[in-house]
Amino acid sequence: MASRRHFLKGALAGGAALAGATLAPEACARDTHTRPAEGLGLLYDATLCIGCKACVAACKEANGNPPEFSTEDQLWDTPLDTSGYTFNIIKMYRNGTMQTKDAEVNGFSFMKTSCMHCADPSCVSACPVSAMVKDPITGIVSYDPAICVGCRYCVVACPFGIPKYQYDSPTGKIGKCELCRHRYADGHYSACAEVCPTGATLYGKTADLLAEAKRRIALAPGSRTSYPRGKIGGPDQSYEAPVGNYLQHVYGEHEYGGTQVLKLSAVNFQKVGMPDLPAKSSAATSETIQHSLYGGLVLPVVALGALSFIAKRNVKPDDDAAASDHKEEQS
Amino acid sequence: MSAHAHAVPAPVGGNLLNAVTLVCGVLIAIMAAILLTRFIFGLGSVTNINDGYSWGIWVVVDVMIGSALACGGFSVALLVYIFNKGQYHPLVRPALLASLFGYTLAGTGIFVDLGRWWNFWHIFWPSYSNPNSVMFEVAVCVTAYIVVMWIEFSPVFLEKLGMKDVRQKLNKLLFFFIALGVLLPMMHQSSLGTMLVVMGSQVNPLWQTPLQPVIYLLTAIVIGYGVVLFESCVAAASYRRSIEVQLLDPLAKIMLGVLALYLVVRLVDLTVRGAWGGAFEFSGIAVSFWIENLAFLAPFILIGSTQARRNPANLFLAGIAIMVGGVLLRLNGFLIGYGHHTGTGWSYFPSIYEIMVTTGFFAIEVLGYIIITRRFPVLPREDARATI
Repeated sequence: MASRRHFLKGALAGGAALAGATLAPEACARDTHTRPAEGLGLLYDATLCIGCKACVAACKEANGNPPEFSTEDQLWDTPLDTSGYTFNIIKMYRNGTMQTKDAEVNGFSFMKTSCMHCADPSCVSACPVSAMVKDPITGIVSYDPAICVGCRYCVVACPFGIPKYQYDSPTGKIGKCELCRHRYADGHYSACAEVCPTGATLYGKTADLLAEAKRRIALAPGSRTSYPRGKIGGPDQSYEAPVGNYLQHVYGEHEYGGTQVLKLSAVNFQKVGMPDLPAKSSAATSETIQHSLYGGLVLPVVALGALSFIAKRNVKPDDDAAASDHKEEQS
Repeated sequence: MSAHAHAVPAPVGGNLLNAVTLVCGVLIAIMAAILLTRFIFGLGSVTNINDGYSWGIWVVVDVMIGSALACGGFSVALLVYIFNKGQYHPLVRPALLASLFGYTLAGTGIFVDLGRWWNFWHIFWPSYSNPNSVMFEVAVCVTAYIVVMWIEFSPVFLEKLGMKDVRQKLNKLLFFFIALGVLLPMMHQSSLGTMLVVMGSQVNPLWQTPLQPVIYLLTAIVIGYGVVLFESCVAAASYRRSIEVQLLDPLAKIMLGVLALYLVVRLVDLTVRGAWGGAFEFSGIAVSFWIENLAFLAPFILIGSTQARRNPANLFLAGIAIMVGGVLLRLNGFLIGYGHHTGTGWSYFPSIYEIMVTTGFFAIEVLGYIIITRRFPVLPREDARATI
């Protein structure tokens, strides 16, 4: 009976250790991060975009990226999507006869694809080595190839499909928009916004851009208003134009806790390729689990203590030794 | 102490050069050539991975599935040393050996997939490592576990080399390494599931839940027992040894218990989250979901009764069913049900080179298992010697 009781005690303690390690309380709930107050970003207004792709060319040049070809004659840069060598492209939505710009039916619309600089980026949470980090002041999500191990967890984690890898190189890097942070020292800002002829891509502090976006969607469609170009708060390059038929939704205001790149569109955001995301970031969910289980290494240490205690009683020191001695006697 | 009057481990003996080891050698050579190409010309030169599916089978099969299939050692150690079921002791060494290889190769597997592999040590370097990252936790735990398993297994080599002093010292500390050897797999096998969480809606709701760590941990334990059933049958058949049915029958019963618990968790989770919709769509994803779960249900039919559990064929089939379910659960989450947003325009199917590298890794495992069981005391001693 003694051995049976011994087993039951062992089983109970083992079960308790298991339960402790797996069903930890959500004591370390991690809220979704919000945008830093001075965070920088872009406002992309699809109703102003004319699809000239000056921003695509400027981005290539500013980041020293090679052209990518999708036509047989390979005459000029024609990337079909962002890649390890293309950090910004203008995609197109088209429907039916494509007669009317910014119409969902028988119309077309443009949409910029580049890093959204999330308030709570999945790529930063996923990165095992802090090669992908978010600046606490500017909020720019930046990448350091000297640190990166090339695991590509950022590539699979991003809900926008933004970080991309250079598969054709033995020393491939991740490529993504870093808001041209390397050009700030010379007084420059994001190249895509600098060259945009219509102000469809506008650079500035996200707080200012959000106010501008809200001003636009509050206006009556068809009325005329002034549109700034280049950079909010920079030299006045504004011009007057008719107000688009905006959806009452500033994309990026709340998605995943908010993004620093904001978007306006007249065509449904999912139809132009922007995912429908909840206000809670997946990084918050993931890190809540991670911290509940491993915060301060409390649970693992307690579990290890319990398991060691149980194992010490259950491992017979002569278990294997006896076996080998037995063997030696025989041989 | 009657529980410890079990068969003593002894080398199986026999020739190391046979058809199986030769085939393994050829497969390993092919893998080496492909990997050389990969390191000279980049991942794109031999793989079909792309920005829509950046993790192919080198991650999902070699690492996620490879390590899950290597949970035998952990599952059996849990039973023997934590739940004090000493009668299963003869299963410990063979299971641990399979785990040792599975994990060592999973660790190597991740290395060949790293795009900037020369920086791999950054994961363990305090100023670089990111404790918020689930992958950081997995990498540290898997590495630690590989080291712990080599220590746990070292008595086998020390025995052979006759290093009695070292063995005795190690014996005194062995309980601690055994405890670590149970804890570490619990940590990283659950975290392998948590890795899906940050991918958010990229993953089909059928496989996207905050309960992921529980789901992956429970299935890892079940797969561990399933693999032991499978391997015991295969080892018995190929070495012409008798099958330890008196051990496998109760082991299978325990496995069914954990499996039942898992299925309840899975059922409740899908229902509470209202995620059943995807299971009734007309899609490959739904088919894959049902195969996965039917495979997990099959053992209840195959080995539900004591009589069925005494039939080696049923035990073998149940082991395979568990492995199929566990493999699909991981494939479904990371590949088949992945790519909700970036999926449009992207597709992935492994290239022949990717498949050959994965095959090569399994060949190393089989070859290593054969060499070590034939030359070192792993399998319980039997009077009949191997004839092949």
